[in-house]
Amino acid sequence: MELTPAESQALWLSARVALFATAGCLPIGIAVGWFLARRNFPGKWIVDAMVQLPMVLPPVVPGYFLLLLLGTQGPIGSWLLSTFGIVIAFTWKGAVIASAVMAFPLMVQPVRLAFRMIDVRLEQAATTLGATPWRAFLTITLPLAFPGIVAGSMLCFSRSLGEFGATMAFVGNIPGETRTLPLAIYSFTNVPNGEAPAMRLALLSILLAVSALLVSHWINRRAERLLGHASLRDDHAAN
Amino acid sequence: MLQIDVGFRRGTFELVARTNIGTGVTGICGPSGCGKSTLLGLLAGLLKPRNGTLCFNDEVLCDVARDVFVPPWRRHFGMVFQDGQLFPHLSVRSNLLYGHAHLEAAERRFDLAAVAQLMEITPLLDRRPAQLSGGERQRVALGRALLYSPRLLLLDEPLSSLDDRLKQQILPYLKRVKDETGIPMLYVSHSRPEVDYLADRVLEMEAGVLVTG
Repeated sequence: MELTPAESQALWLSARVALFATAGCLPIGIAVGWFLARRNFPGKWIVDAMVQLPMVLPPVVPGYFLLLLLGTQGPIGSWLLSTFGIVIAFTWKGAVIASAVMAFPLMVQPVRLAFRMIDVRLEQAATTLGATPWRAFLTITLPLAFPGIVAGSMLCFSRSLGEFGATMAFVGNIPGETRTLPLAIYSFTNVPNGEAPAMRLALLSILLAVSALLVSHWINRRAERLLGHASLRDDHAAN
Repeated sequence: MLQIDVGFRRGTFELVARTNIGTGVTGICGPSGCGKSTLLGLLAGLLKPRNGTLCFNDEVLCDVARDVFVPPWRRHFGMVFQDGQLFPHLSVRSNLLYGHAHLEAAERRFDLAAVAQLMEITPLLDRRPAQLSGGERQRVALGRALLYSPRLLLLDEPLSSLDDRLKQQILPYLKRVKDETGIPMLYVSHSRPEVDYLADRVLEMEAGVLVTG
């Protein structure tokens, strides 16, 4: 189907926002997921709750707080503006931040679970072979957690694509700047004769989500083969 | 060679070890749960003692009072775990070379081909750990520790996950390592015949206590 300029604008903006949000969540999600999986410290439940919070709050609430903090009048927002001349609120960068905050819990959970499943003794074995903890993490822990990291990225990306409430509250619904697919669909449903374009965008969203699923499935298949899971079937042949 | 004088506590379990370990193969024997694996963990640096000192020749590995602790990756002791602990995402070859690859050329006492031949695992080099039998897995684990050219080899019940037939098959490999490399070994097991077959001397451990001399 041929896309109108407004449609392709919303599509590419959505893809860009979701990609940037996922890329931003990835390193922080790995660090936080590792900490929650492997370290016990006083007040851990507070960190845990903070990470989960955006998932259980009405999305408008984090969006509103982001506006208070990062808006041009807010403490961080005014500092960014006066020091670097950067404006976050009501720009696509703000949409990325809103999506990232909302999708972060979905990144952390599978990553944390993946780290938990890895036998610590494998890392210990690596250190008795001369590997520093950092090398053991990069060569043993991280590759073994890879399927969980892919799953987390996938959930994070999909949640970013669907972000609505926080985005609306923080950066509004500005065509070409912050009007992602969900906001565009919402806008069309509010105007006369908007049903057909809304349906086209809905189909587009399905297409985008399914492509993301297929990509993550493909990555996981490759990862499993590299990690040796797929070879279990050859096991009997070997013995 | 290795002077042990450490105390360790975890929950209600308490371990006291005071002894000297010489070259050759030293067996440590005792019932399950007597703290043998904990002791090896302390020697490898995977656990920190609560008090005491640990010295290898003239090098202080641990001195709690002076806050000295050499981490496992700087002790250069090899360790073979009960269930091998092979890295599942790496081929047998990469597993074998994991420690070896980061050694200085001067530190390398063996090469891959020689160790693979000694352990008779040359045909398995391109396999994954999941494709190995239990006996093959332990031979790879032993080969991996050997290729790291350790100053001391710690063996934590390396045969306990194998049945008797396989044990009989692996023991000669351990004997070969002893005879052909001369690396000092500390062999921990609950099975006295196993220890008697390999060890030059045997220490008994009971209820967390290993005190000699």
